[in-house]
Amino acid sequence: MRAELQALQAEAMEALARAQTSGELAEWRTRFLGRRGALTRLMRRVGQVPPEERPVVGRFANEVKQALEAAYRERAEAIRRAEVEEMLQRDAVDVTLPGRPPSVGRWHPSTQTLREIEHIFAELGFQVYRARDVELDEFNFQLLNIPPGHPARDMQDTFYVTTTPQDGQEEGHQVLLRTHTSPGQIHAMREFAAVDPDNPPPVRIILPGMCYRHEQITPRSEIQFHQVEGLAVGRHITMADLKGTVEYFVRRMFGAERRLRFRASHFPFTEPSAEVDMDCLLCRGEGCRICKQTGWLEIMGCGMVHPVVLRNGGYDPQHYTGFAFGMGPERITMLKYGIEDIRYFWQNDLRFLEQFG
Amino acid sequence: MRVPLSWLNEFVTVEDIPVDTLAERLTLAGLEVKAVERVGDWWDMERIRVGQVLRVERHPNADRLLLATVDYGGGEPLTVVTGAPNVRPGMKVAFALAGATLINGYSEARERMVLEPRAIRGIPSQGMVLSERELGLSDEHEGILELEPEAPVGAPLREWLGDTVLEIDILPNIARCMNMVGVAREVAALYRRPLHYPSTAWERTGEPIDGRVEVEIQDPKRCHRFVAALITDVQVGPSPAWMQRRLRLAGMRPINNIVDITNYVMLELGEPLHAFDYEKLVERARRSGHEVPRIIMRQARDGERLITLDGVERHLTPDDILVTDTAGVLSIAGIMGGAETEVDETTRHILLEAAAWDFISIRRTSRRLGIFSEAAARFSRGVHPALALEGNRRAARLMHELAGGTIADGVVDNYPAPPPTVTVEFNLDFGEHLLGMSLDPDEVADILERLEFHVERRGPRHFTVTQPDHRLDIAGPADIVEEIVRVVGLDTLPSTLMADELPPMRPDRLRELEARVRDFMVGAGLQEIISYALTTPEAEGRLRLDGHVLPDEAYVRLLNPTSADRRVMRRTLLVSLVEALRRNVHHRDRVMLFEIGRVYLPKPGELLPHEELRLGVALTGPVRHPSWLEPEPPDADFFAVKGILEALCRHLHLEERVCLVPAEHPALQPGRSAAVELDGRRVGIVGEMHPLVREANDLPAKRVALLELTLSPVLAAVPETYRVEPVPRYPAVIQDLAVVVPEATPAADVERIIRKAGGNAVGYVHLFDVYRGEPLPAGHKSLAYRLHYQAPDRTLTDEDVVHIRERIVDALRQSVGGTIRGAVKASERPRAVHPTATSGTYVG
Ligand SMILES: [Zn+2]
Repeated sequence: MRAELQALQAEAMEALARAQTSGELAEWRTRFLGRRGALTRLMRRVGQVPPEERPVVGRFANEVKQALEAAYRERAEAIRRAEVEEMLQRDAVDVTLPGRPPSVGRWHPSTQTLREIEHIFAELGFQVYRARDVELDEFNFQLLNIPPGHPARDMQDTFYVTTTPQDGQEEGHQVLLRTHTSPGQIHAMREFAAVDPDNPPPVRIILPGMCYRHEQITPRSEIQFHQVEGLAVGRHITMADLKGTVEYFVRRMFGAERRLRFRASHFPFTEPSAEVDMDCLLCRGEGCRICKQTGWLEIMGCGMVHPVVLRNGGYDPQHYTGFAFGMGPERITMLKYGIEDIRYFWQNDLRFLEQFG
Repeated sequence: MRVPLSWLNEFVTVEDIPVDTLAERLTLAGLEVKAVERVGDWWDMERIRVGQVLRVERHPNADRLLLATVDYGGGEPLTVVTGAPNVRPGMKVAFALAGATLINGYSEARERMVLEPRAIRGIPSQGMVLSERELGLSDEHEGILELEPEAPVGAPLREWLGDTVLEIDILPNIARCMNMVGVAREVAALYRRPLHYPSTAWERTGEPIDGRVEVEIQDPKRCHRFVAALITDVQVGPSPAWMQRRLRLAGMRPINNIVDITNYVMLELGEPLHAFDYEKLVERARRSGHEVPRIIMRQARDGERLITLDGVERHLTPDDILVTDTAGVLSIAGIMGGAETEVDETTRHILLEAAAWDFISIRRTSRRLGIFSEAAARFSRGVHPALALEGNRRAARLMHELAGGTIADGVVDNYPAPPPTVTVEFNLDFGEHLLGMSLDPDEVADILERLEFHVERRGPRHFTVTQPDHRLDIAGPADIVEEIVRVVGLDTLPSTLMADELPPMRPDRLRELEARVRDFMVGAGLQEIISYALTTPEAEGRLRLDGHVLPDEAYVRLLNPTSADRRVMRRTLLVSLVEALRRNVHHRDRVMLFEIGRVYLPKPGELLPHEELRLGVALTGPVRHPSWLEPEPPDADFFAVKGILEALCRHLHLEERVCLVPAEHPALQPGRSAAVELDGRRVGIVGEMHPLVREANDLPAKRVALLELTLSPVLAAVPETYRVEPVPRYPAVIQDLAVVVPEATPAADVERIIRKAGGNAVGYVHLFDVYRGEPLPAGHKSLAYRLHYQAPDRTLTDEDVVHIRERIVDALRQSVGGTIRGAVKASERPRAVHPTATSGTYVG
């Protein structure tokens, strides 16, 4: 009996070594360890062994069984590993082949810049106020201290609309495409002041929007462009606040190391007025083609809201002061990315648009 | 404006200030120096010199050439060949020796070249007498440049003629600086230096002016002042070389001494002047039955004409203000004189006009006629009437000095409309409050006085400030603050962040939702575009199968378009999307675009249109990017754009309220187009572009899927908030159900019936297949759905499911005559519901 068990163990171990696949392994298991397998059959005969030998033979039979099961587990693990290994080899790819291209959408570059601007001003408590594109002369010019015949009207040549009433009607009722987002200043101030006309609440808004100018379309001039204006009105708003706000914005937008220059300028709706220059991004102030050798880039116009404009908005200039500023997101985008042709913005050529992240 | 520093230096010392520093200082103070031109800074100090012509002889071998012998201050005089007609013995000239670099006057490119010694028609030439062109001073090449008699022979020309010209951008508020004295005044204030005025004093050398000219201002609203002086017995000829040089440096052409003096004084003081030939005025007076010329300032009459001194006939309208006499129009006031009374070489007596005009009137006329003369440039920005008398006296003095004229005693000065003198009460507190920095009263007074304001101190911090009589731009204390901060420099302002109270919050929900829609579309893989809001009615007409072009009244239409392609405001975003498609389809197979923008719809009886915010989508080409893994993905079609719309509606929690109903649209293919309805109200259209419309718009023969949605009602319908359902705790029973219905039955109806009959026991309904063909009867289709049966509180039993399913089947039979083809446990593949018949067609 003992000899038989030993022979079976030897045979089984030999057969196990020959099993190469999980199929052969399963066969081996059925043949030796299965319910009708060789070992099971042999172990059933342990009962026929004389009682005094039985414990010894029985122990030995169990030892054989445990040894075979251990060998099986070991062999099974090795075969599984080999099979996975083989599967992985089959599954290998050329990792230099191109990936599956997803559909990637993008925002228009002007949207991206507008959002960046809105985001920075939101940090300073500025909320967005929007107004219409087609405006009355009254709001685009007159209430902003630009009466008919004012030289500033030349600076922003205007598209007029044919619904303009003809001769005999007041000039203020002429309809035009807004030349700047400033008419929104009046709309906003009047709307806010209406809440409490005797004690109007402070204003802190930015006004983004499309503006239109009577121009030829060239690489340097467009008939439409975005503008973002800012307006802060309150009882203690100062020009120093304007300077601090503009500096905060420019350094957040273009980098903390930017140098700024405020020079006196003129806008009919602010007094005093200033133009803001930033050291050239390209040449760092050395002078190059982009900055026309000056080392400076004009980045925005600004000033203290003109008393006439405050009054037209329903804010008494005796008690209120304010500042306003205006900038062009397309110009900012062009400066930031070295774009030299403004016409790209509305042509919607994917070869341009897809270059933006 | 061009400011030669040598000229400026006459009124304020600037020669010791480095040019770049001066330019920067002026720029920061609001006189932006756009460019600095250094005249002659490249001239060779050794080889380009002041010379004097000693002799002029005929060239022995050429009729039109001359030989000039020139003393250039070094060794023997040199004989050179020249063709200049104005060369004469004794004249001072600019002389170049061989080896000097000059501008090639004969080449178009005007490049620089080195002067070589050479022989011209057998005569060796070792140098050259120079015209302005060779020196880069102007394009003048007819004759050689004549220098002043006092020019020192042998001096480097650069020392005698070199100069620096500042080009200053004059904004409307500093129109007072459109002259040398005006700029000098600013420099004097910025640098605390004395300002020297040119002399306007003159001797009364002639008979009284009385009775020799009459002046009448009929339109004092537009002619505020008219000063006339009479200068007799002038000698008309070229003006002195120094004056010609200054005029040229300032960008004007010398004409003759009289005209040059009027221009010179305009550039110097800022008062444009006009010189009439007095004898021609007398002749006109006699012609019209008068003895004495009578100058009348009046509105133009309709149909009046004038030939201006540039020889062009100008048609005048009652908008124009004129200088006239009893015989008719003399000149267009403040803009350009008439040819008939112009000064010429025979003129003996001058009537000198200095006037003040309404700047708006001058601006309008100048723009309408397209005449942008130096005079118009100044008068259209406003010139203070006080300058009229000063300018007149200065020019008369120069005509006496330089043209030998006799100045008649007195002037005729008609001044009906002096502007008010503005006085401003200015308190330092106001300035400090506006600027956010402290001001020193002594410094403030000093700055204002240097700018020639009259300052009276009323108290330690209170001033009464009176505007000087060369400015028209002062209205209130804010203007005074501007003057102060301009001079002390904005760089001295501190930087602070607002300490003022924060304004109340005003959330703009529609704007936030618009941003969400934009982000969603980008997330769906579409490229955002922004287009011109301007288009043409014809372009929009091409979007209609019938080609119908809406009448112009339907549009917001420009009165003054700059281009025929951009003359009305768009009424639809589709026109912009199609334009963008056309731009891209020739280099891209796949174009997936969206735009969120306004359309402009005129409202009858109202001045301003409705500006409606819309979302537009255009898709063409493969729905996915082709790759080696999927070389030919299907093209985008109706269902591609519908899928985006459905997903957007789910994103906005509007999927229950938005539905599509079949509808026709002029741009879309019938049978593949639908109206988008929100709560039964039409808010947009979706579909594929009609093949013929596609052709009319030059698009390739490939499906174009379009969507246009009016955003405001859609965004307004978006719920403020919504409930999030708990995740089911008990497993669902998943079964498939195939329903055979007549072809005309909309799939949406079938799904609605299933959902209604199933109630909340059916948590998920998904159409996964549409089948037509054997063994279905003709005119029928089979719709296969996967359903999840579930209950929130327990696992459904088989009996429960059979019961619910029966309810659904009954409802389908009764409502749409649907029959059931089979129900299969979800463990089997969904496609197995349908026979894999080879004759069958799968859709979807
Ligand atoms: Zn640069």
